[in-house]
Amino acid sequence: MNYLSVGIGGMAGSVLRYLISLYTINLWSGGFPLGTFIANMCGCFLLGLLTGVNENKEIIPKYIMLGVGTGMIGSLTTFSTFSVETFKLYETASIFYAGVYVFLSAGLGLLLAWSGFYLGKKDSGKATVNQ
Amino acid sequence: MNMILVAIGGFFGAMARFYVGNKLVPTVKSGFPAGTFFVNITGSFLLGLLTGTVASTTTSLLIGIGFLGSYTTFSTFKVEIIRQLADKKSKEALLYMISSYFGGIALAFIGFVIGKAV
Repeated sequence: MNYLSVGIGGMAGSVLRYLISLYTINLWSGGFPLGTFIANMCGCFLLGLLTGVNENKEIIPKYIMLGVGTGMIGSLTTFSTFSVETFKLYETASIFYAGVYVFLSAGLGLLLAWSGFYLGKKDSGKATVNQ
Repeated sequence: MNMILVAIGGFFGAMARFYVGNKLVPTVKSGFPAGTFFVNITGSFLLGLLTGTVASTTTSLLIGIGFLGSYTTFSTFKVEIIRQLADKKSKEALLYMISSYFGGIALAFIGFVIGKAV
């Protein structure tokens, strides 16, 4: 059952990532991998939020965490495409652009995951107090 | 049709990642997220390999974007770093970040070179 919810979430997440890349492919002509970047950044914030909400008390049940968190958001974001795009950027553009892509993904991803986590934690804390 | 291929790949990729993280490579006691590290590194290598061999559209949608895209993850990687930082394990977090970025990009490149050669 756990595996099935992860799989179904994974299906949704990967299709969503594919759609984002299709719709953003013409937005940037410079070869910057905007689609993967957007998918990764959104996913960092959302997974941070989910994790934060469940930090003090299990508000979201386990199967939803697995389906939405591990399955969907986990698959919405990707590391393999990020790695391949980085050395492709190095080859087609320059080491500067490859470096910008890595530092922007690393820095902003961390900031968004952190913001989501603390936002979720704060709000779930309030919910517990109000009960 | 394209979306169905991505969806099938994504279905199995996410389950494979879950299996590796749960059973094959559980997080070691020191707090290093070995499962996510393992999938990200191996997935990067395999996608590099696939890119190097100039796979057909069907293969790159099913295996590349679908399976390997879902098998690896960026969000879990970032949330694990947040967790390490919250636990005041900044040294471990730095090690995790550097090894993932260097390892992932280097292995994607090595995979690409091997894929081109064969």
